[in-house]
Amino acid sequence: MKPAPFGYERPRDLQAALAVLAEADASVKIIAGGQSLGPMLNLRLVEPELIVDITGVAELKQVERRDDELVVGACVTHADIEDGRIPDVTRGAMRRVAGNIAYRAVRNRGTIGGSLSHADPAADWISALSALGAKLTLRSLAGSRTVAIEDFIVGALESTLRAGEIVETVHVPAMPPSVHWGYVKSCRKTGEFAHAIGAVMIDPSAATVRVVIGAIDSAPIVMTDADELFGGRITGDYKERFDPRVADAILTKAGVSDAAHRHIHVNALKRAVREAAA
Amino acid sequence: MRNERDFPSAGGAGVGQGVGARLPRKEDDRLMRGRGQFVADIRLAGMQDVAFVRSPLAHARIRAIDVPERYRASVFTAADLVGVKPIRAVSGLPGFKISEQPVLAIGKVRQVGELVAMCVAPTRAEAEDIAAAVTLDLEELPTVYDMRKAREPGSALVHEEWGDNVFLETNFEVDISRAFDAPIKVTREISTARQCMSPLEGRGVVATFDQRLDQLTLYSAAQMPHITRSGLSECLGMDQGRIRVVSPDVGGGFGHKGILLPEEVCLSWLTMRRSHPVRWTEDRREHLTASSNCREHHYRITVYADRDGRLRGIDCEATVDSGAYSSYPFSACLEAAQVASILPGPYLMPAYRCRTFSVATNKCPILPYRGVARTGVCFALELMLDLVAAEAGLEPGEVRLRNLVRPEQMPFDNITKKHFDSGDYPEAMRRALASIDINGVRARQRRGEMDGRRIGVGVSIYCEQAAHGTSVYSGWGIPMVPGHEQASARLTPDGGLELRVGVHSHGQGMETTLAQVAHEMLGVDVARVRVILGDTAMTPYSTGTWGSRSMVMAGGAVATACRELGERAGRIGAKLLQHDPAAVVLQDGAVRGVNGSVTLNEIAHTWYRRPQDLPADVDPGGLEVTSGYKPQRDSGTFSYAAHAAVVAVDPDLGEIEILDYVIVEDGGVLVNPMVVDGQIYGGLAQGIGTALYEEMPFDAAGQPLATTLADYLLPGPTEVPAPRLDHMETPSPYTQFGVKGIGEGGAIAPPAAIANAVNDALRPLGVELMQSPITPHRVVEAILAAREAERPAA
Repeated sequence: MKPAPFGYERPRDLQAALAVLAEADASVKIIAGGQSLGPMLNLRLVEPELIVDITGVAELKQVERRDDELVVGACVTHADIEDGRIPDVTRGAMRRVAGNIAYRAVRNRGTIGGSLSHADPAADWISALSALGAKLTLRSLAGSRTVAIEDFIVGALESTLRAGEIVETVHVPAMPPSVHWGYVKSCRKTGEFAHAIGAVMIDPSAATVRVVIGAIDSAPIVMTDADELFGGRITGDYKERFDPRVADAILTKAGVSDAAHRHIHVNALKRAVREAAA
Repeated sequence: MRNERDFPSAGGAGVGQGVGARLPRKEDDRLMRGRGQFVADIRLAGMQDVAFVRSPLAHARIRAIDVPERYRASVFTAADLVGVKPIRAVSGLPGFKISEQPVLAIGKVRQVGELVAMCVAPTRAEAEDIAAAVTLDLEELPTVYDMRKAREPGSALVHEEWGDNVFLETNFEVDISRAFDAPIKVTREISTARQCMSPLEGRGVVATFDQRLDQLTLYSAAQMPHITRSGLSECLGMDQGRIRVVSPDVGGGFGHKGILLPEEVCLSWLTMRRSHPVRWTEDRREHLTASSNCREHHYRITVYADRDGRLRGIDCEATVDSGAYSSYPFSACLEAAQVASILPGPYLMPAYRCRTFSVATNKCPILPYRGVARTGVCFALELMLDLVAAEAGLEPGEVRLRNLVRPEQMPFDNITKKHFDSGDYPEAMRRALASIDINGVRARQRRGEMDGRRIGVGVSIYCEQAAHGTSVYSGWGIPMVPGHEQASARLTPDGGLELRVGVHSHGQGMETTLAQVAHEMLGVDVARVRVILGDTAMTPYSTGTWGSRSMVMAGGAVATACRELGERAGRIGAKLLQHDPAAVVLQDGAVRGVNGSVTLNEIAHTWYRRPQDLPADVDPGGLEVTSGYKPQRDSGTFSYAAHAAVVAVDPDLGEIEILDYVIVEDGGVLVNPMVVDGQIYGGLAQGIGTALYEEMPFDAAGQPLATTLADYLLPGPTEVPAPRLDHMETPSPYTQFGVKGIGEGGAIAPPAAIANAVNDALRPLGVELMQSPITPHRVVEAILAAREAERPAA
């Protein structure tokens, strides 16, 4: 389990990183925390000709509060978030999610941008940030664009990231006090990738919902319309109105054919709803 | 001379350094500080690394192996290994079919991961680059991936020359027809998953050749270095004297490291061919996909009982997936053939029948894993006894108490002629039931849980035959039959003690426990006892560490050698004291008589450094003794334990939490109860893995599907509860000090206790789980199936 030979660059600033990416005429992989890419290299599941290590790019470790959102650099680690080393605008939601990612050793090195770029549907940030309504800034030498997380991941390990482009920042909207948050994942053991994720952000006062069913074989299911799952406009009694049969039908439609899998997903979501209402 | 420490009172010690002392482990100073030396830590000048080209297919004919021109000198295939013989592990049991395992594949490949070519380079990464450049032209053959389909006519054949896929079929019967009219008859199919043993350290090999000694030295992470030497000698056609096997620190064995590896043969050949040291370190993917497989059993079993829960008989057909080859030295039938003899466990029954099949498939050879067949057998039988309890309307614990062998029957020969040496099995079960508070759990179940989970309680009990010797193994006719165990004891000129034993320690703490035995016999401070293990050049021959035998056998041998050494020292001491040798005693490290005393230090100093002070008629034998030991009966010690578990099952997510776990264990006299506690904790962790997590699935093409530890789940610290342990110490009447083997027991009973607890929790829902591991998906699937079955037909 040793990687195939590869070239290695460690640019010192974002401009240099983007230049290396733009110039590369070979297959390239960006490495940050390396918690997924490292094993994949060792297993020779990927054999890039060039690795661009962005851990030396200071801009990507910056965090700032801008108006009603928090802008988090891609190289902020899960542990930075877990430990409260960066500000929080989610009333603790992100800290709790971060603290339950894999193991501490993974959280020490793994980065939020790296996890999103890897686009593993079983990982936490894809689902949690979709529920939080976060957006990403993607940057290349040609410029930048902003996409919602749910538009960024398009399938298992598949995103809309283009050649030469990098996840620069994550934009997390501040969570108003009226919002209810629930996040539940089902793992067979501590630190394992999730087999089911249910995430909900519900604002009864504004009658808005963001509901995510994650850790399925494809991109998470993100719903912003309450009518289906809750039988109409969101009100304070949404917990009672949650309809697991609808969730089950949505999963069936999404191609989750195994009834036991659907049962676990539906119940993870039900618990997230219950947690939000608690 | 009398030696007052020959037979100390059982369990009475607990203080000092001798038998019964909870002494911290000597080896931990090195191991816990990261100063151990494992195979992968060995650096030899000029050493190069090996990577293997392995078969990507489970069953295929090799049409060609294409090696790029630039790598020709670095790649070796079977065609290069002229004169190297295949690994043959033959069993003498009648009807056993022989498999020949080429060390590099010849003609066809029979499992994913089988070695096809060996690539050598200055670093492992470069060797893997070369391996990646070698291309195999393979003609895929139909795959034998399901052991039960493998027995059907028309199945593809793993070894064409056999005509079928059965290594061995065995039949055993006692009066089974007398059970058929029993009022309770329960039949089920029960299965245990294929697992990987997963010690922290995988296998690893460094091979080098010493021109001066004309000797091959193989460093290997091995449990049984002397057996490895025999196997290498057979494959390489070399005199055993030209081979030295050294097993350095080993990070867990569990059976996996008792096996002669094709890699060991390959590297031995390669270092002689290339004249420089070579190394291969197993990586985790190799470990999971190409090695270390174990445990895959299937039972079709019927239990007959009377209305009062008393067993009338058991009828079983057991099938074990033995994989592609018979592994050396334990053979391909170790598991299945043992199933027949150990299935009745510690229970009384008048009738019994068991038919077993060791089936060849296109998978890794099945290897003995801690508990060997007993874990599967315990799972099958104990799940069935809970069903008998349900039919009889009795508490599961009560059904056990009515059927367990009783203390007044000891020693006891059971229906398969297993000879139980001692013990009080019902007492262990009673203590476990009391400790788990069975009545309290039942009351809690009646109240129900606020969080919607369901509580269940389960028990299991087993017996573990350990340290079984010549009389048991000679009948098997495998390449290894244990005889007398040898140990050497030597007083050094400064009064220290060196012990040399041929077993090995890979987590068992034998550098401490064998020193405690020596202390018990000679009174030498354990800090001054050095235990030398794991090196064929430095230790007497031994079959090694397996079968929970080392404390009984090597402990007995150390005691015997130390006793003899003490007698010799006593004779010298008596001379120095001018005493009649019959009038002195050896006590607290000194020879004492009415005239005074002389310490072992002084005796050693005189013998080695001042022989002029010895009389002319001194015994010339000196202060170095090699002696051998066998228990008075070599049919094995029988340790046992009752396990009890309380679990909470979440019917929504299928998750299982172990709320409480109790183990009441009887391992005879314990040399170091703290070391035994550690053995039980570790065994429990592995048992929980078997129960809830570990599974190596295969697809219909014979591809192993759990190729990393992200897919092959092992329990971690948060999954293993802190069990409550209770020791009974019934001495074995046959062994030195009354010790029994206990190394494997912790891993035997947990799957059964946990499964019974889960089934207890879910029985009101009509759910029954008869397969390990019990995963959330299987729990939910079973709940949904039960709901479906309950739904009235439309």
